[in-house]
Amino acid sequence: MIDTISLLNEIKQAPYKEITVSAPHSGRIEFAVNQTGIKVKGSSGTWLERPGTLLARLVREGNPKPIYAPEKGEVVEFYDVNDREFVQAGTPLMKLRHFLTRQEVVDIILKKALHLFNAPEKGRYYFVSEIDTKIKSQGLRSVSVKEGDEVLILSRMKRETTITYQGPQGIIYTSYFNSNESVEMGAPLFGVCPENQASKIKAVIDKIQSGWEEQG
Amino acid sequence: MTDIDKQIQDLRERLLYIEDIFGNRENANITLLRSKLQDFIQNQPSMGPGQIKRQLTSLSDLFSFLENKLEKELTPMDRVRIVRHPQRVCLKDILENVYDNYTEIGGQGEYSIDPSMIIARAYITRNVGKKTYKQPVMVIGQEKGHGEEFRNGGSVKPWGNAKALEYMKVAERENIPIHTYIFTPGSYPIEDYPGAAQQIARNIYAMAGIRVPVIAVLSEGGSGGAEAIGLADTRMMLSHGYYSVISPEGAAAIEGRSSSIRKASAQLIESCARQLRITARDNLEMGYVDRILQEPPLGSRPDHFDFFRKLRREVILATDEIVLSIRGVKLFRAIALRKLNNPNIYVRWSLSSKSKERLIWRRYQKYRVLCSWAYQDTATSFQKGKSAVLETGWSVYSFLRYEFFGRHQRAISHLAEDVQGEVHALVDRVTHRFSNLFKKLPGVRKEKEDVCQLTTLSTWEAGMSWDEHCRYVSPQANQDKTLTCPNTQKSNCLDLWAPDLFGDFAGVCSHCGHHFPMEYEWYLFNVFDSRSIREFNASIEADNPLEFEGLTHKLDKAKKQTGHKSACMTFEAGIKGIQVVVAMLLARFRGGSVGAAEGEKFIRAAEQARRKHMPFLAYVHGTAGIRIQEGTNGLLQMPRCTLSVRRYLESGGLYLVVYDTNSYAGPVASFLGCSPYQFAIRSANIGFAGPGVIRETTGMDIPPNYHKSFQALSRGHIQGIWDRREIRNNLHHALMTMGGEFLYYR
Repeated sequence: MIDTISLLNEIKQAPYKEITVSAPHSGRIEFAVNQTGIKVKGSSGTWLERPGTLLARLVREGNPKPIYAPEKGEVVEFYDVNDREFVQAGTPLMKLRHFLTRQEVVDIILKKALHLFNAPEKGRYYFVSEIDTKIKSQGLRSVSVKEGDEVLILSRMKRETTITYQGPQGIIYTSYFNSNESVEMGAPLFGVCPENQASKIKAVIDKIQSGWEEQG
Repeated sequence: MTDIDKQIQDLRERLLYIEDIFGNRENANITLLRSKLQDFIQNQPSMGPGQIKRQLTSLSDLFSFLENKLEKELTPMDRVRIVRHPQRVCLKDILENVYDNYTEIGGQGEYSIDPSMIIARAYITRNVGKKTYKQPVMVIGQEKGHGEEFRNGGSVKPWGNAKALEYMKVAERENIPIHTYIFTPGSYPIEDYPGAAQQIARNIYAMAGIRVPVIAVLSEGGSGGAEAIGLADTRMMLSHGYYSVISPEGAAAIEGRSSSIRKASAQLIESCARQLRITARDNLEMGYVDRILQEPPLGSRPDHFDFFRKLRREVILATDEIVLSIRGVKLFRAIALRKLNNPNIYVRWSLSSKSKERLIWRRYQKYRVLCSWAYQDTATSFQKGKSAVLETGWSVYSFLRYEFFGRHQRAISHLAEDVQGEVHALVDRVTHRFSNLFKKLPGVRKEKEDVCQLTTLSTWEAGMSWDEHCRYVSPQANQDKTLTCPNTQKSNCLDLWAPDLFGDFAGVCSHCGHHFPMEYEWYLFNVFDSRSIREFNASIEADNPLEFEGLTHKLDKAKKQTGHKSACMTFEAGIKGIQVVVAMLLARFRGGSVGAAEGEKFIRAAEQARRKHMPFLAYVHGTAGIRIQEGTNGLLQMPRCTLSVRRYLESGGLYLVVYDTNSYAGPVASFLGCSPYQFAIRSANIGFAGPGVIRETTGMDIPPNYHKSFQALSRGHIQGIWDRREIRNNLHHALMTMGGEFLYYR
């Protein structure tokens, strides 16, 4: 059983994740960013088509390959690599500190606290009629599931298949799909937690939503 | 509201209109009008009714006087503001005031497949002598709707143009003339089926051969959107309209190399508007419109009823003239129309089949002679004479070979084929019987088919010969460096060494198949048979017909860099022994943009293919669109080239288009997009407008792969995608399967 409160406190101690940027292959490194404390941006655009801040170029056989910042954050440390020095593949170059957003903290907590039931294949999903009626009348968290229960119906190309639940027993805490949209294979459909944990998780999530201050 | 209030309101609106037209420019006349009107409004309460009336009359006279004066100060950019003004007349006003009655087809306000395109079946009543005639017409045009948002400013979506085409064909079936009214800043640049470019191409192609008179009236003629319904037998232009290859803002963005239209300075926009020669008078002088219809000072608005009367007279006259010019019995009426400018003569507007033929031929000739001054031909008189003699020779030969003897020969060969087929069937049946009997004889051994194949020697491919002197090495292959494939992240492609990639792999990533751009020379050496290329019309040279600032220098630089005189190279060549005529657009020469010289070369290539009965291949190494610095001279290449392509196709030719690298805008929306067989090299980009323009015009963000050839294929814009390494084989295969045994001619 996960103690969500201590998990949150742990995150609060260090509300960021540190990303080490390493050389993807060998070559001569030319830094575009050369000071700590510089703010960088990650990929952006609807399709993440705009690359993030250029951190360095790695030149191999006359081919200068750009290394972009993978996420938004701040440069906090440079490893012991000089500009224009030859580096081997995997050599750490710099460390970025990415401050967690409210949503990322919620995702971390939920990921650890919930058992995610993923889509076995691509298609539209909806709850079986008994569960659906219960959700509509009493809410999502009133539904308890155990292994082998028929929970979902997969609808694809005029074919309907009943999906049985695999995983620990508990109540459905949250669902991630809309019945009118197609879900990709492997995407989470719903998250299950033990019945006695639900109120604690909710309290922690509410606390994050109202009190988390985003930095950077 | 009293009459006086109405008059004051009217004067206020007139002043606002003038202020809008002249933008931020300070003008003493406008200041005077403003102060006079303000004084009057302030003093009005202390005046008596008689004095108010007198003052209002004199104020109104002053407005008219100064409007006339301001009319003379209009700059080209002011005219652009006039046509874009919400008070400008729009198609609905014309339908109400020019035609006697009409039924709008397929639209009721915003409930239409595209409210920016209006189709109406209308009629004009003519009283001649004691008789009354009702003459039906199909009216097609863009609707700006006095600023109604759902009209999209007259920017028509592809399905709007498709609707226009559908009803042009209806008019053709019903044998009634078409009147088109052009009120568009340009087409709406989206690629969704039927596709902005491809639909315009279809429209132009259809209009090139539509067998009823088409009269076009231009108010705002913006680029491809205008051409979609603008290929007409008579083109009339409203005196305050503009007709241009690109909006002045767009031209300024390109000239100023700014990524956003908004960033271009007002002076640059003004300068581009002036240099592009977009006004009615400019276009009349260049010969791209047939006449100008004079509007009231500062442009026509919905309450200018005299203007509508004049417009009505002119469209009737233009239709009469076209019909009479192609009709057998016309002498007195034609004279009366032309000399006496007498509209009270009845001319039936339906055409006989002979007249229709003459109409198409007249339309072709009309556009064929345009733009002849907009390019240079540096060939000597001797060379010109020689090529004229050769052309005549080929025409005579073609006539004798394919028309005169060909017809009889075909009839005989068809008969011979039938007889031969019958004989074969008979002989086969007899020999089959005998061979079966023979095989049943004891001691006869059967030979297996695969043994036969293995023991037979293979032969060299026909038409291929290895020529060491004809090997092309790309300059990109001379660099000692590696390159990263753009799909590395997705497909884990390894780095590629430039000499391998450009020397041996034809610029294709050996892992994922991404095509890096190759020079056009690579195709010349690798697609066509060795030493088979014979260039023609190389002396036709791109020029700067509008004397656009800086273009001459840019052209000189491009000529020096490429060794070519224009972005179009035309030649005859062989592909595995099959002779083809090729027009190649070179991306390295000003981005492969098409101007008057390129258009002329393309037309002459199509004519050569027609004369010599050869297949015609348009190989687009890359084209950025119409060369904007040539203004309407460039834009006119869209209908001109499409007309020549249509003529070639109608004669039975096979026209293939192959796109490589990037192909955009005007050429794709006309003479390239109209081909029934369009193929792309993998990794090519094809579209109407680039991502920046789409974002700017529609406000939509588009995905990075929006213009990729695979997307174009899924949308049905092209017919196939080829690998560069297989292009020679694919072209040969296409020629053989589409052309068949009698290579490409009916």
